[in-house]
Amino acid sequence: MNEFSYERATDPAAAIRLFSKCNGRNPRYLAGGTNLVDLMREDIEQPGTIIDVSGISQAIQRREDGAILLGAGAKNTAVASHRDIRERFPMLTQAIVNGASAQIRNMATVGGNLMQRTRCYYFYDSAARCNKRVRGSGCDALDGFNRIHAILGTSAHCIATHPSDMCVALAALDAIVHIEGPSGPRRLKLTDLHRLPGDTPDVETELAPGELITAVEIPPLPPATRSVYRKVRDRASYAFALVSVAAAVQLNESGDSILAARLALGGVAHRPWRASVAEGVLQGAPATEERFRQAAEAELQLAVGRAHNAFKIDLAKRVVVDTLKELTRRPGDEP
Amino acid sequence: MQFTINGRLQTVDCDVRTSLLDLLRDHLGLTGTKKGCDQGACGACTVLVDGERINSCLALAVQYQTRSVITIEGIGSARDLHPLQQAFIECDGLQCGYCTPGQICSALGLAGEIKRGVPSACTADLRAGEIEFNSDEIRERLSGNLCRCGAYNGIVQAVQKTFAPTLERAP
Ligand SMILES: Cc1cc2nc3c(=O)[nH]c(=O)nc-3n(C[C@H](O)[C@H](O)[C@H](O)COP(=O)(O)OP(=O)(O)OC[C@H]3O[C@@H](n4cnc5c(N)ncnc54)[C@H](O)[C@@H]3O)c2cc1C
Ligand code: SF4
Ligand code: FES
Ligand code: FES
Repeated sequence: MNEFSYERATDPAAAIRLFSKCNGRNPRYLAGGTNLVDLMREDIEQPGTIIDVSGISQAIQRREDGAILLGAGAKNTAVASHRDIRERFPMLTQAIVNGASAQIRNMATVGGNLMQRTRCYYFYDSAARCNKRVRGSGCDALDGFNRIHAILGTSAHCIATHPSDMCVALAALDAIVHIEGPSGPRRLKLTDLHRLPGDTPDVETELAPGELITAVEIPPLPPATRSVYRKVRDRASYAFALVSVAAAVQLNESGDSILAARLALGGVAHRPWRASVAEGVLQGAPATEERFRQAAEAELQLAVGRAHNAFKIDLAKRVVVDTLKELTRRPGDEP
Repeated sequence: MQFTINGRLQTVDCDVRTSLLDLLRDHLGLTGTKKGCDQGACGACTVLVDGERINSCLALAVQYQTRSVITIEGIGSARDLHPLQQAFIECDGLQCGYCTPGQICSALGLAGEIKRGVPSACTADLRAGEIEFNSDEIRERLSGNLCRCGAYNGIVQAVQKTFAPTLERAP
C-alpha cells in the first residue's frame, strides 16, 4: 500500500473542500473501505489522500410524499433491515442480503456500494493487461477466462461487469442519486450514473472529480406492485451474481394482465442493466409465459457471449421468465 | 492513535495504513484474531465493533478510534469460557481451530442481528418482526466464515445450542 494522508470530513461541504485542496494528490473518498482498502492493498488504487466520509449522512428517512432517502453513509445492513424498505421495497432488502457477507454488509455503505469497482480478475492483477487500469494497454479478459464477464453493452476495450446487487434493485426502482460537488448539487437517475465501457473503460461513472454522493432517493411504487430479486451464482451464498434479476410488476385487478413492469439485470453489463426493451414488450400484455419469453428474447437480442460466458445469455432469459412467472402467479396456479 | 479494545483504552503509535487486524495482532499482541485471506473472503479476522461483526482485515484502524472493539480475547478465557466457546467444544465445532475465533465473534454478532430482526437471504417473511433461529438461518448468516476443516455441522449445532433455547417461542 502506498503512503497517504488521512482526513476525516464531517459534512459534504467539508469533504468536497478537502478534495479540491488535495486535488494534486489523487484523493479518494473512503466509506466502509471494503472495496477501496482491498484495492489499495493490491496497489490498484494509490491515493495520496484519503477523505473519510463514512460519518456523513447515515440517516434513512421517509419523506412526506412517501419517497425514501437513503443517506450515502447508511450501512447496507441498516438499509436492508429498515421496516419501510422491507415492507414497500422487498426486492431492495433481498438484493442487499444476497450480497457479500453479514460482516461486509455491516461495513459497506450505500455510496460505496454504488461506486464499487469491478471484480474482473485481470483488473485486480497488475501483471495483466487492463484498459480500465491503464488506458490503451489492452484487455486480457477478451480472450482470457471470462466466465464472470458482461454480455450486454460491452466494447472491444472492456467486458467487465458492475458487481453490485443493490444497484440492480435500485435501477428497477427508478432511484435518483443526490450529488454534491465543487460546482454545486445535482441529481442523476441511478441508471445514468454508471457508463458503458466504450473506449474509456477507466471512466466508470458520470461523477466529476470531487463529486460526492450524498443520498439515494427511492420514489414510491404504484400501489399493488409486487417485487422480487433473484440471484444466480456459483454457490448458494457469499458469491457475486452470474446473473440477477430485479423485477416489479403491477397487474390488473383480475391478475391476468400486466399494467406495468420494471426489470433490471445484474451480472451482465458494465452497469446495472435496466431492461427497458423487455419492459416495453410486457407493458399492457397478458401475463403469460409466452409473453415473458418474448420479452426476455427481445432484451437479450443484442447480447454477445464469449468463450466462457455465453451461457449467461440463456441463463438470463430463463431467470427473467421464471422471475416473472413467480411474480404473476395467482393462487391455485401450478408452481 | 487511541483505541478501546476489550474495554481497555490503548494508545498506539502506528502508520495510518495499518488495518485493524494488523493493529490487533502486530501492535497489541492480540493474536487470537486470525488472518486468513486479508481480503474479506474468509471471515477469520471477524471482530465485534460496538456489538456488530466486521472483517478487521478490510478496516483501516484509523477509522475505528472512537469505537468499542471486542476480540476473542475479550469474550472468554481458558479458565472462564463463554457458553458459546463451551458449546463449540461439546459439539466438535472445530478441528485445527484457525477459523474458530472468527466463527465465535461472527456467531455472537449473528445472535444480536437475529434479536434485532435483521433479515437474511433465507428469511422468507420480510414483514415478520421475529426471525426463527433455525439451522438454515445460521448457515446462511455464517456464510462469511469459511472453515477449511469443514467443521460446519458442529459449528451450526453449537450456535443453535447456545442461542436457540432462549429465543424459542412457546408453541
Ligand atoms: C469478499 C467480498 C464479497 C462481496 N460480495 C458482494 C456481492 O455478492 N454483491 C455485492 O453487491 N457486493 C459484494 N461485495 C462488494 C461490497 O458490496 C462493496 O465492497 C461495498 O458495497 C463497498 O462499500 P464501502 O462503503 O465499503 O465502499 P469503499 O470501499 O469505502 O469505497 C468504494 C468506492 O466508492 C467511493 N465512494 C464511497 N462513498 C462515496 C460517496 N459517498 N460518493 C462518491 N464516492 C464514494 C470510494 O472512493 C471508492 O472508490 C463484496 C465484497 C467483498 C470484499
Ligand atoms: S474486462 Fe475491463 S476490467 Fe477486465 S481486463 Fe478487460 S479492460 Fe480490464
Ligand atoms: S482475513 Fe479478513 S476475511 Fe479473511
Ligand atoms: S477448524 Fe480448521 S479451519 Fe475451521
